[in-house]
Formats: sequence, C-alpha cells, structure tokens
Amino acid sequence: MTPFHIVVCGSLVPDPLQTLEPTLGPEGPGLKNEMMLPSVLDPWAGHALYEAASLATKHPESRVWLVSLGPKARLQQLMMSIAQKAKFELVAIDSSASGFIDAQSVARTLATAIDEIDGLDKNRLLLFGGCASASRDAGVTVQMVGELLGLTDQFLAVDELEARDDGSLRVLERIEGGKYLASTVRGAPAVVAWATGKLPEPPNNPQVGMQNMRTILPALQKAKAAIPNRNSIHYQEVAIPQQKRETRVVKDMSVDEIAREIADWIRG
Amino acid sequence: METILVLLHIDESGNLPRIAFEALGAACELRHGGNANFAIGIIGGDIESAAGKIGGCGATSFFGVSHPALEVSRYGTDLAALGALVEKVAPTLIVAPSTSRFARVLPGLAVRIGGQIDTHITSIDPGAEGDAVFAERWYYRQRMKAKFTRDARPWILVVDGGAFEPWKGETGSVALQMVSPWAEGGPGDNVTRTQVSGIETGESGTQTIRPDADLLFVAGAGWAKKQADGQTHVPKAEKLILGFLEGAKASLGSSKSLVDQSSEGQAVLTCLSHLNQVGQTGTTPRHQKGLATCCHGEEPHVVGWRFVQERRAVNLDANCGWARGKADVVYVADAFEVVEKLNDLLGV
Repeated sequence: MTPFHIVVCGSLVPDPLQTLEPTLGPEGPGLKNEMMLPSVLDPWAGHALYEAASLATKHPESRVWLVSLGPKARLQQLMMSIAQKAKFELVAIDSSASGFIDAQSVARTLATAIDEIDGLDKNRLLLFGGCASASRDAGVTVQMVGELLGLTDQFLAVDELEARDDGSLRVLERIEGGKYLASTVRGAPAVVAWATGKLPEPPNNPQVGMQNMRTILPALQKAKAAIPNRNSIHYQEVAIPQQKRETRVVKDMSVDEIAREIADWIRG
Repeated sequence: METILVLLHIDESGNLPRIAFEALGAACELRHGGNANFAIGIIGGDIESAAGKIGGCGATSFFGVSHPALEVSRYGTDLAALGALVEKVAPTLIVAPSTSRFARVLPGLAVRIGGQIDTHITSIDPGAEGDAVFAERWYYRQRMKAKFTRDARPWILVVDGGAFEPWKGETGSVALQMVSPWAEGGPGDNVTRTQVSGIETGESGTQTIRPDADLLFVAGAGWAKKQADGQTHVPKAEKLILGFLEGAKASLGSSKSLVDQSSEGQAVLTCLSHLNQVGQTGTTPRHQKGLATCCHGEEPHVVGWRFVQERRAVNLDANCGWARGKADVVYVADAFEVVEKLNDLLGV
C-alpha cells in the first residue's frame, strides 16, 4: 500500500456554546474578549484530522501533519485537548485566528508553511481540511491552498474517501438535495475538504498524547509569526441581528386542536 | 464603470438550476439601471437551450464553454472553462450561484485570476454609480452579519440560495459565442485525473432532503429518548416522521444530537444521516416554514433555522431554547401524539 503524506489544515474557533459579540476596532472587526474565549478545534477540521489519522493507520509509513494558524498561546491550549485524539506532527503559525481575516491571506500563509515542511513528498500529498470553518465560514481556504500548491484534483464537502489497492481514491462529495457525487482520482496528490466524514470523535489516548507532545512543544516554540493582510477587505458594519420573536406559548390546547392548527398552517 | 460577468452552469438535466436565476437577479441589482457592461458565461455539455432561457436578461453578450468533459462537475475541467470565460470578458465583478459545483471551483479560480472572492453573499448594495459596491454575509456560522467592500478587482461574489429575487423575463435565442479553453483534442490528462462515476443517494436510502420544499421538519433527540412508558419507540418515531414528510411534502432536518446517536451506539432513526443535520455544524436551509419537534438546546442548534421565515415548535418544555424567542408558536405537547394526529389530517 502507498503511504500518504497527509497535511491537515485546521485551527481553533470559539466554543460554539459561547455567546459571541462583535467589536469594530482600528484593525477591523473582531470578537469582544476574543483572547479570553474558550476555544475548540474547528469541528470540520476535527473531522478531517480524525479521517487523516484513520487513513494513516491503514497505510503504514504514512505521516500526518496538522498545520494550524492561531495565536501561539491559544494553540498551546488547544493542543492539550486534541493531542490525545490522533497522532500528528504540528506545524504552528503564530497569527490571528479571527474569522474576519481574509481567506486569501490565510491561504497564502498556509501554502507557504506547507511548502516548507521538511520531508513532505508532494507526490504523496493529500491536503485535508474542513469544507468550511465555524469562524469565517467562507468554505474557500482549503481550495485556495490547493490551487496555490498546484493541486488540480479537488473535492469539497467529502463524507467518504476510500483508498484502493491500485492507489486510486474513491471520493463521495455532498451535493444538492442530500445526494453524493461519486468520483475516482488516480491517486495522490489531491485536496479533500471534509464535511463530517464517517468517524466519531476518537477517545483520548494518553500514549498518543505523549508521543505528540514531543513534537508539539518544539513546533510551538519555533512557530513563525505571520501578519495577516487586513487591507484587502473593508468592513463597514458587523452586527448581531435582532431576531427575537414574540413566541406564543400554547399550553392548554388538546392534541386534536394542535394538529388541526398546524395542518391549517402547513396548508397555508 | 464595472464589467459584470455572471457565471452559470447547467445541471445534470441540462437546465439552469433555480439558484442560477437568483444569481442573475443579484447581478441585475448591480447594473445601475443597465449602465454596466454585462456578460453571461455558461459552462456545461449542451448549453444552447439553457442560454435561451435567459435570453431576455439584458446581457450585452453571451459566452459559453461547451464540451463533453463539462457534462460532469470536476475541479480541473471546470476551472479551465471558467478561467477561459474570465479571460475573454475581463470582468471587474463576477457573480455566481453557490452550487456545490461552483463552491468547489471558484476559490481556485480567484487564485488563478489574481482576484478576490466572497461566498455566501446574502445582500448586495450597488450604491450610486461610481460608488463602492457593498456586500453582506454571515460570519461565525450565521451568528453575526457583516457589510463590507473591496477595492481589488476582479471580485467574485458567490450568492447564497434564497437570498435574492430570481430573475424572471423573456426567453429568446441568443448569439452564444463559444470559447475554448483547450487546444484541439480537448482537455489534457492533467485535468482529467478525476473520473466522475455518478450521483448516489445518501446513506439513509430514503430521499428526505428536499431543498425546494415549503416546510422544514426538524426532528430532535427527543424522538429517540424514553417516552412516558419508560421505553424508547424508535421504529414508531421513524414511521411517524416519514409519514409526515410524505403527507406534508416536507424536507427533513435534524439536530446534531440525534444524528450523533448513530456513532454512540444508541437506537437511531435510520432515515437520518449527517446530511440532515442543521445548525452550527450542519446546514442552514432556507424554507418558508419550519416545524421543530422534540428539539432542545440553544444557539448552536437554532442557527439551523435562522433563515426559515415562519417557525413553530412542538415540545414538552415550554422554555425550550429552540422555541422561546425564536419560534412564532410553541405547542407544549407530546410530538408523538401530535404528529400521529397530523398524519391523519394530512391523509397519510
């Protein structure tokens, strides 16, 4: 079986349970108390990482890198929670993880960092990432990184990747109407931007965590700082929409009456 | 003066998808009463008939890339075709629909043409002629909205479905100017390493996602929980839900907690997959009406019906986060009983 060199792009996003409030400062928009907000690995990037680790275990001598762009201190905290989940080598980039940073600026930084990975064989490269993020949510970054790296076989919103014995990869991409587009690419290199995939979140494995920490701490120490380009996009306004509705609470109607009212509403 | 290019593709049936007309409607908003240069670019297999459907849109020119290799959605060939159209028109603004095909390829196009791209556009403010064009989109998974502009050109605006009035107008024959991205012999090996084998239905095997439906039915985790008799009734829940979907011609959405039960070894509704998931880690579909049942939770899940206009909920908890302040009506009742009765009324 062909070993893969899998590079997963993924970073931190605010914990989805946190209430977010935008602020507009001299450098552009951000989140109130952004540096203090609890953060998690972006959910789709997490799926990509778990799929990468699973694929690597089935293909001996494969390697997995996690390329992560964010404030160094917060990346360190993030690693504490994900290091035990999957085996990977960290490539850290010290920069803002704000969703308001232009995706193209982020993509160029990531592509440069991937280009500089020591020992990466681009003929075996599978570039993984989430199909969108829970911060910028543009759904463009991984494709841009792929294009910058010259990868012309790209797949978006992938739920399944099967590496076959002949080296080809069969991919299922989500398309409209709850269907899948099935494709086969001759083999690596390719870009795979994951949706949820098929795997559950792996349980914590302290042994994997110990192995990972040997490379994570040096990677964090030598993380290069990257200054994002904030000039390409000009924000006029960022706001939380006021969508509070006056909810009518119906407590004392019979089931028959409720069903009739809903049926009438559906029929419109 | 801006030069606008609307990029479109035909679907597997040879027609323009509905969202293509919405993208065209968005582009018409940018035209400042018809003063901007305005071109259409279409890719696909046989595109002549589709071009005729929008013949009366007022475009000054129609360009197309037609080739058997474009009958399927594939990054390499799509990128080459779109790149050729952009080179031909040299637009400053590009408007395109957010289909799965274009969502995959347009970011790469932005890199290749040295342009900028913004996706999930829900509103465009063309301003007065000569003023900056502003666009709006959501950030942090539909939790905040931003209005912004860019100086750099070309600027690709990928518009979301359901956000713009679809263009409606006269059909008519058009002088379609064909563009060829490839030398004689067609696309090379470098862009056809990927072979598309076809379209498959989701893993649940039942077609429950209907983007064009008026009603979104959201099933929450309560359907698979123990009921008043201390037992779960998953088969009954599944029968009721599928019956309702058929009777109401509704689309099925689900909360993350219900979808995740399949990976946690609990009894699951087999009609559900991750494709049905709405919310912060799922989709945010646009339907006219939404009915949430047995849902619980707060903001991360509720974003799933942020773009649903009329919302009602059936829940045993009157203070459920899905409903209070977010739904128009919450019925405090047992969803099993209500949906069973509803199915009778809907003739299921």
